[in-house]
Amino acid sequence: MYETLSSFAQTWGLILFVIAFVLVLIYALNPRSQAKFDAARRIPLEDGPVDRKDETDDR
Amino acid sequence: MVIAAILLIGVLWSLFTAARAADPLMGAHAAMFLIAMTVGAFALISHLSSGHVVDENAYETGIVKAGVVASVFWGIAGFLVGVVIAAQLAFPSLLYFPELAWTNFGRLRPLHTSAVIFAFGGNVLIATSFYVVQRTSRARLWGGLTPWFVFWGYNLFIVIAATGYLMGITQSKEYAEPEWYADIWLTIVWVAYLLVFLGTLLKRKEPHIYVANWFYLAFIVTIAMLHIVNNLAVPVSLTGSKSYSLFSGVQDALTQWWYGHNAVGFFLTAGFLAIMYYFIPKKAERPVYSYRLSIVHFWSLIFLYIWAGPHHLHYTALPEWAQTLGMTFSIMLWMPSWGGMINGLMTLSGAWDKLRTDPVLRMMVVSVAFYGMSTFEGPLMSIRSVNSLSHYTDWTIGHVHSGALGWVGYISFGALYCLVPWLWKRKALYSRALVEWHFWISTLGILLYITSMWVSGIMQGLMWRAYNEFGFLEFSFVETVEAMHPYYIIRMVGGLLFLIGAFVMAYNLWRTARGDIREKEYARDAALAAAPAE
Repeated sequence: MYETLSSFAQTWGLILFVIAFVLVLIYALNPRSQAKFDAARRIPLEDGPVDRKDETDDR
Repeated sequence: MVIAAILLIGVLWSLFTAARAADPLMGAHAAMFLIAMTVGAFALISHLSSGHVVDENAYETGIVKAGVVASVFWGIAGFLVGVVIAAQLAFPSLLYFPELAWTNFGRLRPLHTSAVIFAFGGNVLIATSFYVVQRTSRARLWGGLTPWFVFWGYNLFIVIAATGYLMGITQSKEYAEPEWYADIWLTIVWVAYLLVFLGTLLKRKEPHIYVANWFYLAFIVTIAMLHIVNNLAVPVSLTGSKSYSLFSGVQDALTQWWYGHNAVGFFLTAGFLAIMYYFIPKKAERPVYSYRLSIVHFWSLIFLYIWAGPHHLHYTALPEWAQTLGMTFSIMLWMPSWGGMINGLMTLSGAWDKLRTDPVLRMMVVSVAFYGMSTFEGPLMSIRSVNSLSHYTDWTIGHVHSGALGWVGYISFGALYCLVPWLWKRKALYSRALVEWHFWISTLGILLYITSMWVSGIMQGLMWRAYNEFGFLEFSFVETVEAMHPYYIIRMVGGLLFLIGAFVMAYNLWRTARGDIREKEYARDAALAAAPAE
């Protein structure tokens, strides 16, 4: 049990994690995501009421 | 309906246990559960019969208000107990009552750690997460009354844990002292918390899930996993308070510190980073410096933190490769930690002048600076040879408090100062001057605390390893204690200043919530308007 788990963790587990992290980096650094991220970083500044049509903030 | 079923089962279980308790401590806790469940059931019935209608187009703010009040209350309680135990260490005979076992340091110490981490920090995290997830998703909290079940259920857990420590109930695992029945209750509450958070995210109107919510979600999911695994135990009796852990020996130690360090990583770091990613941009009126960096920050933190725990077990029975693994991952954590710190600080680029005029923003920025400092110190202390000097000394206590008072405390205070005017719909805080006072009193307190513990800790470590020319230890243990006495007094004063600062904040927030504005505030606004800052 211990040998099986540890050999998996030391080989395939490691490879899987590295691949997963590389995928994250590709997603984060991909220039095509720029527009999406520009919109996303403004979310806290533009958070209004639930209903967008209602212009008055409930704050 | 599920809440009603939980409350009903709770009433039945606690009635049964109270009647047949194997030990009087369990009887006391079962009685407390019974009272809480009954009150909860009555509250539920009266709420349902009142015919209250929920407006799906409005945010749920009542729960956040309740969370703010609970945070301030538990914060002051936790800081107060901290000052008491610091005084006990400095003057052991001053607060020593042999006939009152619950006043003993050994029982008050877990009360302090749990009150500040789980009661204060936990309530801040629950309150801010409920606020942030609603506003960044443009959706009302999911689950009707479930958020209220989470709030009251979590605070019941706190009360059970705290009274348990005072009565002497503990499973002796640091930061996981509550016994099996309290752990099961917390698991139920935490699953409800996860469901509320996920449910709100699922019905969001915003296409993208803002990065703060990723951090909150990582915090909720990981704490669930850590809590369940570390608390796997077999109760001696179903009507008794004592249980035995499923693990023993070095496995137990590794599981405990896998839990313990990730409580730091995911409770005290990821959760409060979520606060940073929402409240600093909001208060500075600037979007976060780099959204890309925030994504890389998030995933690298998640991938690395979970392996760092074994650095708590250097020079123990834990295999050396596991110690080295913990140490290596701790050092790699420098990168995401500092990446996150830079992202938080650089959010102010172009708005640095606000640090001069806005003490709340300054508090949060200093908090991020403390985050950078303590996450620099932590990896350093995880290096085996440094650890041989620092471990078991006051250096560790100083390190923990630069993170806890500086980072967690200040980012929480900043969030509370933001939330109260927003939630109670006030134009501004009652007094900016009082925030200045709070900031400077507390900062002085933190500096006294951490510098005294550095000196005391490094001195203690050096004295322990000093040999004379015959190869004998130079100092006896009590000589090290004697040498540390002045620093214990300085530490107590530092903690006292931090507590006084918290009282100033509580007064300011209370007056703000009442709708008061200090008379001179208007004068200052007028002066600022006449001479705008360049």
